[in-house]
Amino acid sequence: MSEAVVQTGIGASVKRKEDLRFITGTGRYTDDFNVAGQKYAVFLRSPYARARIEDIDVSEAANVRGVCTVLTGQQMAEDGLGDIPCGWLVKQKDGSDMVSAPHPPLAATLVNYVGEPYGLVIADTLAAARQGAEAVLTDFAELDAVVDPAEATGSEQIHEGVSDNLAFDWELGERAATEAALASAAHVTRIDLVNNRLIPNAMEPRAALGSYDPGSGEHTLYTTSQNPHLARLVLSAFVQVAPEHKLRIIAPDVGGGFGSKIFIYAEETAVIWAARRTGMTIKWTADRSEAFLADAHGRDHVTHAELGMNEAGEFVALKVSTTANLGAYLSTFGSSVPTYLYGTLLAGQYRTPNIYVEVQGVYTNTAPVDAYRGAGRPEATYVVERVVEQAARELGRDPAELRRFNMITPDQFPYDTPVALTYDTGDYQVSLDRALAMIDYDGFPARREAAAAAGKRRGLGLSCYIEACGLAPSQLAIQLGAGVGLYESGEIRVNPTGNVTVFTGSHSHGQGHETTFAQIVSDRLGIPFDDVEVVHGDTGRVEFGLGTYGSRSLAVGGSALMGAADKLIAKGTKIAAHMLEADPAAVDFTDGSFVVRDSNQALTFGEVAFAAYVPTNYPTELEPGFSEKAFYDPENFTYPAGTHIAEIEIDEATGVIELVDFVAVDDFGHIINPMIVAGQVHGGLAQGVGQALLEHGIYDEYGQLITGSYMDYCMPRADDLPDFRVDTTVTPCTHNPLGVKGCGEAGAIGSPAAIMNAVADALGEAVAMPATSEKIWRVLQNRRTA
Amino acid sequence: MYQFNYHKPTSVEEAQALFKAVEDGMFLAGGQTLIPTLKQRLAAPTDVIDLSGIAELSGIEVRDDRVSVGAFTRHADVADSAEIRRVLPVLSALAGQIGDGQVRNRGTLGGSVANSDPAADYPAAVVALGATVYTASRSISADDYFKDLFETALEPGEILSRIEFQCPTRAAYRKFPNPASRYATVGVLVADFSGDIRVGVTGAGPCAFRATALEEVLREQLSVEAVETVEVPDAGFNSDLHASAEYRAHLVKVMTKRAVADLLKA
Amino acid sequence: MQISLTVNGHDHTLDVPENTLLVDVIREHLKLTGTHVGCDTSQCGACTVHLDGRGVKSCTVLAAQVDGSNVTTIEGIGSTENLHPMQQAFRDCHALQCGFCTPGMIMSAIDLVENVGVQTNQEVREGLEGNICRCTGYHNIVQAVLQVARAGTDQTQEN
Repeated sequence: MSEAVVQTGIGASVKRKEDLRFITGTGRYTDDFNVAGQKYAVFLRSPYARARIEDIDVSEAANVRGVCTVLTGQQMAEDGLGDIPCGWLVKQKDGSDMVSAPHPPLAATLVNYVGEPYGLVIADTLAAARQGAEAVLTDFAELDAVVDPAEATGSEQIHEGVSDNLAFDWELGERAATEAALASAAHVTRIDLVNNRLIPNAMEPRAALGSYDPGSGEHTLYTTSQNPHLARLVLSAFVQVAPEHKLRIIAPDVGGGFGSKIFIYAEETAVIWAARRTGMTIKWTADRSEAFLADAHGRDHVTHAELGMNEAGEFVALKVSTTANLGAYLSTFGSSVPTYLYGTLLAGQYRTPNIYVEVQGVYTNTAPVDAYRGAGRPEATYVVERVVEQAARELGRDPAELRRFNMITPDQFPYDTPVALTYDTGDYQVSLDRALAMIDYDGFPARREAAAAAGKRRGLGLSCYIEACGLAPSQLAIQLGAGVGLYESGEIRVNPTGNVTVFTGSHSHGQGHETTFAQIVSDRLGIPFDDVEVVHGDTGRVEFGLGTYGSRSLAVGGSALMGAADKLIAKGTKIAAHMLEADPAAVDFTDGSFVVRDSNQALTFGEVAFAAYVPTNYPTELEPGFSEKAFYDPENFTYPAGTHIAEIEIDEATGVIELVDFVAVDDFGHIINPMIVAGQVHGGLAQGVGQALLEHGIYDEYGQLITGSYMDYCMPRADDLPDFRVDTTVTPCTHNPLGVKGCGEAGAIGSPAAIMNAVADALGEAVAMPATSEKIWRVLQNRRTA
Repeated sequence: MYQFNYHKPTSVEEAQALFKAVEDGMFLAGGQTLIPTLKQRLAAPTDVIDLSGIAELSGIEVRDDRVSVGAFTRHADVADSAEIRRVLPVLSALAGQIGDGQVRNRGTLGGSVANSDPAADYPAAVVALGATVYTASRSISADDYFKDLFETALEPGEILSRIEFQCPTRAAYRKFPNPASRYATVGVLVADFSGDIRVGVTGAGPCAFRATALEEVLREQLSVEAVETVEVPDAGFNSDLHASAEYRAHLVKVMTKRAVADLLKA
Repeated sequence: MQISLTVNGHDHTLDVPENTLLVDVIREHLKLTGTHVGCDTSQCGACTVHLDGRGVKSCTVLAAQVDGSNVTTIEGIGSTENLHPMQQAFRDCHALQCGFCTPGMIMSAIDLVENVGVQTNQEVREGLEGNICRCTGYHNIVQAVLQVARAGTDQTQEN
């Protein structure tokens, strides 16, 4: 293997290809694209959490200088556009389908959350569009809003046909066996938890630039999407904005997603609809205030859990009851997040034989709730790791030891959990041991004492998480209600000069696919890293794809590229055999060359590529050309797992928490680019710290979002965080060709429980997330005055 | 942002004349509060009068035991000023904690003090350092300057030209920032003028004020323990999702103790 | 109104409405789209540029205010062939992921090193208070800024 390949191949911390444009300001995000003569859209948004639209008077707006037109939900309905569908049909306890309330892209008669769009003003300039939007006089009849998920089932009905505001009442696992095991358990630990609502806040706000060419009938939409093909499929098949072959969706450089850019949103839909209807090219870019109101939010669970143990401390049963706030409408994956991405993870790393979970998914008059980094799995980890930690404290057992005592051991894989998953591999004790060593677990009592001397309460908390990633085996997913398969496509097009263009259905919005995927292809084909160009995010260039979420890109998209590379090598072998007049069975592909076994005859990859496009005396069964594609459908999820340990200090006087140390040891299987993996972990951890200590999306009793800007929604800043100490262990995934598991979400999944366990350790009792200074101070103050 | 006319006068007189002549004028200093307000369409002046061209509003002058800072002096310049650091280090330290680096490079003393945001830092210094606020026509003592939420003794159209701070023997400022906005949830400046103690509090109430009860006990005994004996009532204190009035009252004590401790160390 | 300013060494005279923001001049009029807008409350710092050598949030400055000034944007500090040391450090340290906050972060970082003189991890973290990143957890950004800050110190010591 040439030296260049060694330095850039699988396992090397290659510097990222995409960085050059981002650090020089030459990246191209949706809002950076401009078309001469483009118009600007500003959306009309509901100021009320729930109201009936009585009348919309646009006469004054139409007179604002520069305003082209005002479009409303009524007109969209008249144009016959369909509702935005939920992509995952969840079956209820009684076998019936979940109740999905109609979700028109633009509200026509009823608005159900503050910020819900019901129309748009299109103008020559953004300023005129704003002015026009202010001049629209809408007469609303305000209705009582339902805001608190815990009260939703007993409140006024939001949607016609959805009694008790219940979208679904779902269960998984054996109820009777679990309850029986709890009844006979030697000890039962009970816990009540709230998983706080989060607002994703990718730094690039959503945006869209839509145009329509009446000559060709082509619609083109530049937009901030994590999965442009899925957006195209839904917009054509369900919303029926345009036929699929006449709709091109381009997601260029996208400034972060974290789940929030997976979904089909009203605004992007309305922009492309309006472009066709008016014949104008229309641009919309959300401002941050709109993002707060109208991006799908995350988490928002209320949970009661009971963990039963026998005399020895073995977990015998776990029963979990959760109310999940779905918001006003079921967003694209809104139903799957608190069910199949949540309940299935409640076994954690443990051998708990009986598990039962029931989830009531409720509608409220708040923004839709959907996948946000981790999506269901942080919520599951939070339940398991908080209740296990509390059990250890109640039993007087060392929390690390109790965990280890109950962990699935390496000899038990593949391991069938009581909640529908089969873990393929892992070695949880190794990660635990490494993390304990890194944090110097034995030295903690001394650190605690030293802190106490300085007026600080120090606490340490563990979280041994597992996640199901690499979404997803299509057959299983469809069986469980998914509306699409969750495979991925990959294509490698070899150019006649021997360099290659790689097309992937995955989408990079920070993950660095242009680098890691190039590493894989360069490594597999033995060609220079710089000879590989990765193309993604354009339905006009990439055949099909399901996009990036659920830590799936490498495990599924990367595996598809491996399949395409294998096909290329097979084809190249035939070409080489023909050229070298050898038996194809005697031609091996090694280090970038096709070599006739036991001979000095060989052709380089580049020579074969050239020959493929300049065919000489090809037999009829050998086609010219050198391009292959593959679809990869995983046979199982992947199961990254690890141990996170947090150490915090509480300032007794103010209640302020400082995160003083954080250790993460994760098993992601094989690693393609360690530098990128560490970066993904850091970012996930920051979001987990944010959830635990800082962030909270809060609506008041009237359904007004009171954390609607960075003045009130507390984003983690550099000085809120410590340096993170991260390491990895490796048990390769058993069922994909790269042996990889995925690393994008682990940080956000494992860390909140570790931090909150540390807070409980320091304080002697638990508080709800986020652990703000006033909450902590109140606990201490109540004790002082008691 | 709504449309407005823009003016850049070169003298205070001109600026004041403009203000009178236009329909609904607003003065623009560093703009770090006003421009976000305009962007959110929360204000709609017909005319914006930029004060940056008025030379007489700039400048730092040290005279005996006083420091005069021109209204248009940017926070970063106060934080970095060698002169202020020498004679009134607490003011530099305070200025270095306002907003963030970019905001400090634009925001001005006058803009902050004229606006009287309840969570701004400077007002704590104005009241604790016995400052005198000067306009073109008069001077206003610190104790008479802050009136209420975003309300000061300035008349409409009156331009704050400079603030003269008294230099204490020693002083310290402690800030408990709002975790999201980084404004002061509570900020306390304790100043010792040869035994006469002044305690300025920002963030806690509708506007900055002197904590007279704390001053009294600290005059008796300048110590952390003395602070403990004082009850800080939360009546009239601000309350929001980041800090209740009760918590703010507690923080006033804690920040005072810490400022006293810093001051005693200095 | 007419304003004149120098951006990345080039002089421009523009006719803009009075309520135009500096960031709009940069992005919309001069088509320098490396400067980004990430919020509307002057918090995120994605729009940070240098105004007469100091970092400012270009979304919180009126174009009218900077008439006659010197503005440097991310496009003005280096190129793909000739990276500024801070750009190089960001790449070396993997201090960016989606890249959206990156231009503002780099402009702030340069101001911190050149004008504030940050040297320690804590100083860098506090100095970056005005810039929000959602991807990196700041860990590698801090490393990158320190790399440049310490290289500057080393040079000084050597000299």
